[in-house]
Amino acid sequence: MSLLEVEDLRVSFATEDGTVKAVDGVSFAVDTGQTLGIVGESGSGKSVANMTILGLTRSPATTIEGRIRFEGKDLAELSAEELRQISGNEIAMIFQDPLTSLHPFYKVSKQLIEAVRAHQDVGKDVARRRAVEMLKLVGIPDAERRVDNYPHEFSGGMRQRVMIAMALINEPKLLIADEPTTALDVTIQAQILNLIRELQERLGMAVILITHDLGVVADVAREVNVMYAGRIVEKGTLDQIFYDPQHPYTWGLLGSLARPDRPRVPRLAQIKGQPPSLLAPPQGCHFRPRCPHAFGRCVEVPELEQRAGEPGHLDRCWLSAEQKRTLRVVAEGQIGLEVPAA
Amino acid sequence: MLRYIVRRVLWGVVLLFLVSLVIFVIFYIFPTADPAELRAGRHASPQQVELIRKSLGLDKPIWYQYLRYMTQVFTPFDWFGAAHAPGGTGPFNFGYSFQSTAPVKDLILNRLPATVWLVAGAVVVWLAIGLPTGVISAIKRRSLLDRTTMVTSLALISAPVFWLGLVALYVFAADIGKIPLFAGQGTYLDAHNIVTIPGPNGAILGGKVGAMILPWFVLASATAAIYARYLRSSMIDVMAEDYIRTARAKGLRERQVIVGHGVRSAITPIVTLLGLDIGTLLAGNAILTETVFNIPGVGRLVYTSIQRSDLPVIQGVTLFGAFFIVVFNLIVDIAYAYLDPRVRYQ
Repeated sequence: MSLLEVEDLRVSFATEDGTVKAVDGVSFAVDTGQTLGIVGESGSGKSVANMTILGLTRSPATTIEGRIRFEGKDLAELSAEELRQISGNEIAMIFQDPLTSLHPFYKVSKQLIEAVRAHQDVGKDVARRRAVEMLKLVGIPDAERRVDNYPHEFSGGMRQRVMIAMALINEPKLLIADEPTTALDVTIQAQILNLIRELQERLGMAVILITHDLGVVADVAREVNVMYAGRIVEKGTLDQIFYDPQHPYTWGLLGSLARPDRPRVPRLAQIKGQPPSLLAPPQGCHFRPRCPHAFGRCVEVPELEQRAGEPGHLDRCWLSAEQKRTLRVVAEGQIGLEVPAA
Repeated sequence: MLRYIVRRVLWGVVLLFLVSLVIFVIFYIFPTADPAELRAGRHASPQQVELIRKSLGLDKPIWYQYLRYMTQVFTPFDWFGAAHAPGGTGPFNFGYSFQSTAPVKDLILNRLPATVWLVAGAVVVWLAIGLPTGVISAIKRRSLLDRTTMVTSLALISAPVFWLGLVALYVFAADIGKIPLFAGQGTYLDAHNIVTIPGPNGAILGGKVGAMILPWFVLASATAAIYARYLRSSMIDVMAEDYIRTARAKGLRERQVIVGHGVRSAITPIVTLLGLDIGTLLAGNAILTETVFNIPGVGRLVYTSIQRSDLPVIQGVTLFGAFFIVVFNLIVDIAYAYLDPRVRYQ
C-alpha cells in the first residue's frame, strides 16, 4: 500500500458563470521516500488537486469527489479538525511565493514556534530550540540570531528555506512542494532543489513536486505525471517521459524547452493556442483543439491506459504506438509537436 | 525603532508650529470683527478704541503679534513685549476671553474633562461594537448578520448625529422619552457622583456615567459603523492572502488563523483611523453631540465663542485641538511601526 493514494479525484467550483471542473478524475500514488513530479501549466489543476489533499480547497462552493487515501485513511472524508491534525504534521505543504506566504508582521521564530506547538505539546523554549535546529538544517547561516528576524529581512532564497524549515519542523511523511522555485532566481532554484533532495534522503520523506518546468522535474523526480486541463495525460518514470513520450502535449512541452546543447533556433517552438476554459471544456480529449495530430476518434475521451511502451507508462492518446513514434520526431533527433522554425 | 520615534516627534513639533502660524494668519487676515472695537463696546470713542488696541497689543505688526503670542504660550520670557500684553509673560498664557474676561486657558481646562469623558466612553463603545461586527461580517459573508450589519451601518453613517441624538432622547430619555431608560439632556451638569442607581427622573443609571450612556452610544454609532465596514473590507482582503493559506496548511486552529493572522493584519489601518478620530474629537469635533445633550465640553465652547467672535478663545481652542491631533497622529504612527515591522525601515 502506498503512502498516499489519490483515486479518481474530482474537484469542481460553483461560480456565477457556471461550474468549473478544475480536477477531472485524477489518480496517482506516492510511496514512502519517493519523489513524484507533477508537471503542467497554469490551470491544469495540479495545484488544486494537491491543495485538496490538505483540505485547503474546501468551501461551500466546492464539490470534492473521489478518495484521498493517506496511510489507508480517506482524507476527503475527514472533518476539518481531523484534517488539521495532519496538516503541517504528517503532510506538509510549501507554496510558490515565500514572501507572501509568510506573515509579514511576525518574526520567523514566532511562526516556526507556532508550527511546532500546533502539533506538539511542548513549551516555547523547547519549540524555539527546534526552530533554530531546523534553520540550521536548511542552511540559514547565523541561525541563532536570524531566527528573530522578520520575513522581509531575508532574501528570496533564504525565505524559501525558512518555509521549508517550517514545513519540515514536525518531520512529515509527505512534503507537497507547489512550485517552490518558480519565484526564485535560476541559481537559487538549484540550491533549493538540492536542499529538498537532501532533506528527503535524511528524513525518509516522500515528496510531491509540482512545477511547470520540465527542467526542475528532471533533477529530482523518479516518477512524473503530466497534467493538462484537469486530467493526467501521461504518467511514467522520468526516463519514459523524457525519452519515450506518448502524448502530444508532452511532446509539445519537450519541444518548447530551450536546449543549450542544440544549435540556436530563430524561434522557440510553442504549443499553439491556449488551455481550454474549464467551464466548458472540449468534448473528448481536452487537448484536441490544440493538437496538430487530432483525428476523428479524439472526440471520445481517451482513458488513462497503458497503450505502448513499458508497464506503468500510461497515456491518454488514441494514436497508435507506431504513429506516436513517427509523429513525435519533428527534426533530426528532436521530439516536439511542430517542426522547429529553420 | 527609537530613531523612528525621535524623527516623528521632531516632525510633530514642526507641524505644531506650522499649524499655529496658519491659525494666526487666518484670524488676522480674515478678521470677523475688530477685537479692539468689540472690547471697547458700541459707545466708545475712537481714542478709547485706540487705547484698548494698544493695551491688547494689537497695534504691532502681525509677525510681532504672532511671535509674542507664541512666547506667551510657550515660554516664560519677556520677548516681543510679552510682559506688557494681557496676561503677562506666560508660559501657557493664552490670553483672555473678550466675552468673560476669564483666562482662555482656564476656560478650556474647565471644559476639557467633559469632552474627554465623552470621547473616552464613545471610543470604548465604538471599538467594542464595530470591531467584532466587522470581523464576523467578513467571515460569515452574505449571512443574515452580514447583510443586517451592512444596512444598519449605512443608516448610521448617513444619519446626522444631532438627529440621532434627538431621536435617542425622544425614545430613551428618562424625563421625556417613550421608553425612559437613561438620563436625559443636561443631566451631566447636575451629576455629582460617578454612578447612581437609580438615576434622576426614573432612569436606570444616573451620575456621570448614567448621563453619558445615550451620548456615548450616539457619538459612537457612526464611527462604529465606519469601522465595521472598513474592517470587514480589510479582513476580506487579508483572508485571501497567501500567508493565511500557509497558516491553515500548518494546521493551526481556525480561530488562531482568523484572529492571530487575519485580524492582526487587517487591524492596522483601523489604528490610523482611531488616532485621527480621537484627535479630532478632542479638538472639538463632538460639538453636535455636546449641544444636543447639553454637555459642557470643548465643542460647545468653540461654538459659543465663534458666535460671539471671541477671538482669543477660538485661537486657544484651535491651538489645543491642533496639539491633540498632532499628538494622536504621532501616537498612531508609532503604534503602526510597532504593529507593522516593515514600516520601521523607512
